[in-house]
Amino acid sequence: MAEIADSGGGGHKGGKKRAKKQSTRIDMTPMVDLAFLLLTFFVLTATFSKPKSMELTFPAPPDNPKDQPALKNGITFLLSKDDRIFYYEGEFRPADDEKGLKTTLSELSFSQDGNASLHKYLLKKSKVMQDQIRALDVKHKNKQLEDTTFKRMVREVKANPASYTYLIKTDDKATYKNVIDVIDELNVNVVGKYVMVDILKPEMDLVTEKVTN
Amino acid sequence: MSKKPSKGGAPALDMTPMVDLAFLLVTFFMLTASFRMAEPVVVDPPSSIGQVDLPDNHILVTIDNDGRAFFGISNSTAKMNALRDMSAKYKVPFTEEQIVKFSGLPSFGVDIKDLPAYIDAKEEARKNFKGQRGVPLDTITPNNQLKDWIAIGGRKAVEMYEEAKIKAADAGGEFKAEKPRYAIKCDAKTKYIYVKDVIKTFTDLKLYQFNLITSLEGGGTVIDPTK
Repeated sequence: MAEIADSGGGGHKGGKKRAKKQSTRIDMTPMVDLAFLLLTFFVLTATFSKPKSMELTFPAPPDNPKDQPALKNGITFLLSKDDRIFYYEGEFRPADDEKGLKTTLSELSFSQDGNASLHKYLLKKSKVMQDQIRALDVKHKNKQLEDTTFKRMVREVKANPASYTYLIKTDDKATYKNVIDVIDELNVNVVGKYVMVDILKPEMDLVTEKVTN
Repeated sequence: MSKKPSKGGAPALDMTPMVDLAFLLVTFFMLTASFRMAEPVVVDPPSSIGQVDLPDNHILVTIDNDGRAFFGISNSTAKMNALRDMSAKYKVPFTEEQIVKFSGLPSFGVDIKDLPAYIDAKEEARKNFKGQRGVPLDTITPNNQLKDWIAIGGRKAVEMYEEAKIKAADAGGEFKAEKPRYAIKCDAKTKYIYVKDVIKTFTDLKLYQFNLITSLEGGGTVIDPTK
């Protein structure tokens, strides 16, 4: 099968005819077999894709627990078992008071469509900011904005005090996947700020009530 | 070069370029291959749109379905140094041989008291090791070994990084290594409270930035202005 082509190897200018050369043909088949075997092995065992990861920063706890800054425009997501997710807007009110009604939970779903889709909900909430960022993105792509200016402007848009802050809380039955899904959804929708927070007892009770019903 | 068509028989095919290529590829794959030992647990992380590669230099905490924590350091020298310090702190003696062997192991999930036996166990036996209950990480009782592993491991990894940096500066070469990062790998079905315990351990050490390992999700258009 395999043969080394017998190249001319210089001319026979000398004229004198030499003794018949020994054939330089080697049977390369075993070597080629081996080469391909090794090749296949390494290709199949190679790990091309390094695992991907998601960078996440957790808030440092305040030195004094009472120093918690007042939360403006907060939206709280509460995660529970069976991939269920609830939310409420604004501050938590255990009962009706002068500022508003008692907090009730609304349910969302992880699916992409449907009325109560988390994706659509976030899209609606962050529309203004997203439009601003998109506009900047277009300008940036058209080279109207420098990289650094672009980054600074995006930061400014995100830091807009009118934008929402999202809180993610889980009860003791929520899975890691749900948490990642919510963070993912928040990332996709380029929301300003989000943070993981411990759940409070009254919130937990509300969730339990919802889930058991 | 003109060649006379060979008379009859099988046509001779010059395979030299193909063989060259095959060997080139073999060499490439051999040199780039990095053999990994099987992890003690199979963890199936959830998918996300996160596109950041897991840094090469990392300290990894794996959490499986049952909430067991496994600890690993990518830098083997840092791992050996960390074990030496841990051994002194918990008064569990290790032989030099065990320390070297330990540096080659993937992440482990045993109490430090069981670690010598775990290291000496055969590879197949390690998977079903009896004491494999995860690195203890009680956030209330003082027996939070994971915390010590992270603190000591992190310190050693940074030391190695600084050392490499100085070495590179002396040699006048370009310095490419990255600072060690903390990574958490977790099964999709793990209850979040287990993850919370690990994160609490990290935040207690004033470490607030992690890479959560996820598998890649296909599709999805994202505008990523943070980059």
